[in-house]
Amino acid sequence: MAEADYIIEMLNITKDFPGVRANDNITLQLKKGEIHALLGENGAGKSTLMSVLFGLYQADEGVIKKNGEVVNISNPNDANDLHIGMVHQHFMLVECFSVLDNIILGVEPTKAGLLQENEGRQKVIELSEKYGLHVEPDALIEDISVGMQQRVEILKMLYRDNEILIFDEPTAVLTPQEIDELMEIMRGFTREGKSILFITHKLQEIMDVSDRVTVLRRGKCIGTVNTADTTVEELSSMMVGRPVSFAVEKSDRKPGDVILDVEGVTVSSRLHKNNAVKDVSFNVRQGEIVCLAGIEGNGQDELVYALTGLEKQSDGKITLCGQDISKSSIRQRSVDGMSHIPADRHKFGLILDYTLEQNMVLERYWEPRFQRNGFIKFDAVRDYSDKLIEQYDVRSGQGSTTVVRSMSGGNQQKAIVAREIDKDPELLVAVQPTRGLDVGAIEYIHKQLVAQRDDGKAVLLVSLELDEVMNVSDRILVMYEGEIVGEFDPKKTTVDELGLYMAGAKRNIAKKGAEVR
Amino acid sequence: MKKKNGSPFIGGDALASIGASFISIIIGLVFGFLFLFLLSLINSGGESFSTIISNAWKYGFKQILMGGFYLPPISIGQEIAAAAPLILTGLSVGFAFKTGLFNIGAAGQYTLGAFGALFFAIVLKLPWWACLIGATLFGAFWGAIPGIFKAYLNIHEVITSIMFNWIGLYAVNTIMYGGGAGVMYDSSKTKVWDLRSLFPASVIPNLGLTTFFKNRSTTIAIFLAIIIAIIIYIIIDKTTFGYELKATGYNKSAARYAGISEKKNIVLSMVIAGALAGFGAGLYYLSGIAEWKPLDSTALPAIGFNGIAVALLASSNPIGTIFSALFISHITTGGSLMNSQYFPPEIADIISGIIIYLCAFSLLFKQLLMKRSSQKRSAELVESTLKEPPHIDSLVPETDIPESGMAAGEEDDD
Repeated sequence: MAEADYIIEMLNITKDFPGVRANDNITLQLKKGEIHALLGENGAGKSTLMSVLFGLYQADEGVIKKNGEVVNISNPNDANDLHIGMVHQHFMLVECFSVLDNIILGVEPTKAGLLQENEGRQKVIELSEKYGLHVEPDALIEDISVGMQQRVEILKMLYRDNEILIFDEPTAVLTPQEIDELMEIMRGFTREGKSILFITHKLQEIMDVSDRVTVLRRGKCIGTVNTADTTVEELSSMMVGRPVSFAVEKSDRKPGDVILDVEGVTVSSRLHKNNAVKDVSFNVRQGEIVCLAGIEGNGQDELVYALTGLEKQSDGKITLCGQDISKSSIRQRSVDGMSHIPADRHKFGLILDYTLEQNMVLERYWEPRFQRNGFIKFDAVRDYSDKLIEQYDVRSGQGSTTVVRSMSGGNQQKAIVAREIDKDPELLVAVQPTRGLDVGAIEYIHKQLVAQRDDGKAVLLVSLELDEVMNVSDRILVMYEGEIVGEFDPKKTTVDELGLYMAGAKRNIAKKGAEVR
Repeated sequence: MKKKNGSPFIGGDALASIGASFISIIIGLVFGFLFLFLLSLINSGGESFSTIISNAWKYGFKQILMGGFYLPPISIGQEIAAAAPLILTGLSVGFAFKTGLFNIGAAGQYTLGAFGALFFAIVLKLPWWACLIGATLFGAFWGAIPGIFKAYLNIHEVITSIMFNWIGLYAVNTIMYGGGAGVMYDSSKTKVWDLRSLFPASVIPNLGLTTFFKNRSTTIAIFLAIIIAIIIYIIIDKTTFGYELKATGYNKSAARYAGISEKKNIVLSMVIAGALAGFGAGLYYLSGIAEWKPLDSTALPAIGFNGIAVALLASSNPIGTIFSALFISHITTGGSLMNSQYFPPEIADIISGIIIYLCAFSLLFKQLLMKRSSQKRSAELVESTLKEPPHIDSLVPETDIPESGMAAGEEDDD
């Protein structure tokens, strides 16, 4: 292939950070008009590589070429001048500005120092019609959905006449329907001759939309393949370095007694005047994994806060093992047999400046086992922590005395899982236990959840990842705007159907739990 | 897994803390000397350069460096007497820091403690140890108020404690003065009654220290302060209560998640901080170092604010507080011994102010030191990582060393 066919080439890029070589001699070549996927686990170096291309970091070695000519990209403005644009995973939008303001921000059309808003508006409307990206230019960012916000990000790139579009994990926040639309939009761009770099760790999306895939593993380039010539299995073993089983192995469920019974729970919202959770009722039995699915911000967090006692419900009754715990303290609930793997492990799950052993006893330091007359039994804490570390394979620099902040995300999460499971709970509430983790760690945590179920425990899993919902759960409840709008057997439903319920287009449960199917 | 011996709950950054404190002190002293040099340069009448330097040394800097040792044993006694209350206000600020609170109200709690001590001594005519308890109770009460505001109304403790500093100061002055006829007020001397001559039972015993140092205000207060510092160290590092307090300080949400009542701990932490400051005031006034002057005391006691510098210099470590308080007391005592004909007495305050101010930077130096040492470690890590075989089957590395380095240096992909 002639060199000129490549619009962007990153040749032999090496980038060191203190303690780690994030990119090790990586070569990535993007053809004009293709969708090129960049696949890798967390920490494989994808974001670093893209940050080098976008001018946020400087490569220690290697060159970047555009159309065969070496270019120097020392900051994002240089990237912009070369028509390289990026949609960041966490959107870079001004919440209280309108859509139009956000799009023109930084490249405002002016005349004699005065803002020519109409000029900008004209261009935005033209672009949105041309690519089918419909937005309301005068709506405020804070009022529009996440999917819309992403369109604004995309329009920002188009407004700047970018030809090389980088999408950093664009589908993480979207519903299945929105993902399909995004894929269509991306294909539309390539028809216009734009080139796309698509960062993801979701294999199915790569198979659906990309032309070629480059796989990174632990900072090294494993290879580039044509999507048409490869399979999901091959890609995953390239990514992880070994074959990965996607199907979660589990036997048929044998649900027993009701462990958690939730009746008419209502939680008021901190953000708005409406209730975040509206009159929700359900139960979780021994030996089953019930999954609460839904798009972020539909009341799942608040419901979990009410269950675990982090927030008070304004109405309703929560029963754990036949005991009314509606008004119990957090510690009482924990003693009564509830374990909680929180969604935000840095905010709730761990005290990052404490050592691993101090975190291992976070909910149990007061037990006679770990203290006498208020004095901590350091040896007992150390022994317990060492035991958990070994049993759950938590890896860290200095074992029990490692400061948790210095540990990797996967191992931090393993530490929480170890702590919560070792409490031997009747009910395990796991909220997005695999968020931000790589495939290997996800596999591990899923196994632990299933093991709890098989052990006759009740598991309530709250997840935004539909694959996880479908694979792990025995029963699915879909939450939409604070209500449970559907109940499904994962064997008898599809991702698309769940998506419709999650987006509020359908419901099979009326209020008060009456079936309307 | 590698095991590290030693106390499990002590962070590995203790060395960096101590190093940072020393860097702060040295830079502070250098600035202090430069200031003195500039002053003698300005005041000089055409003397030679070396004379100017030697004047700055002879009439000012030497005294600051030598502190109480410039005029032994009296000034050593003074230095020790002044260190005792400073240890307590330092502990007060440091203890609150551990719970994530900034107790800028130590000065007000100290004022209330002074009132408590003097009230128990002069009005209730109780012995010294009961007066110390009185001082502690009054300080604790004054600390509780910002704590309650913080815990239950989410009003920042800095705002409430600053306001309560002034409320406390003026309330105490008004009550003591009592329109010139207050029970505690000696209108002939425009001070509170002299404890040593009128209420000797309420003066802290000296066990011969007074004779030894030829200084009547040197009492066993310093030993009491050290004992309290050790007790606070044990509470913070060895008990479940300290574990809860630190957890609350590091991460309020996680503490709540763990079932720790963060509201209770915030209030308790401020109560204890206030009690410590109050106790410090007791040590000062019950040693008879000075009498309270209701008409002149229109500024908050400096010992309260210097507690902040003491705590910062000691990185809030209770044992470190003993030494940092002694140091601050050392330079303030030294400052008061400077040649007042050559340098006006206010200069002493400015110099110790500069040094104390730079002491507050010890946290910055600590971060710099930690960064340096971690970079050094990382460099070694990179080498060891590269020596590893390139292909690793397992997802998580088999060795546990590179991982902590990776977590620190890596961009989060998600």
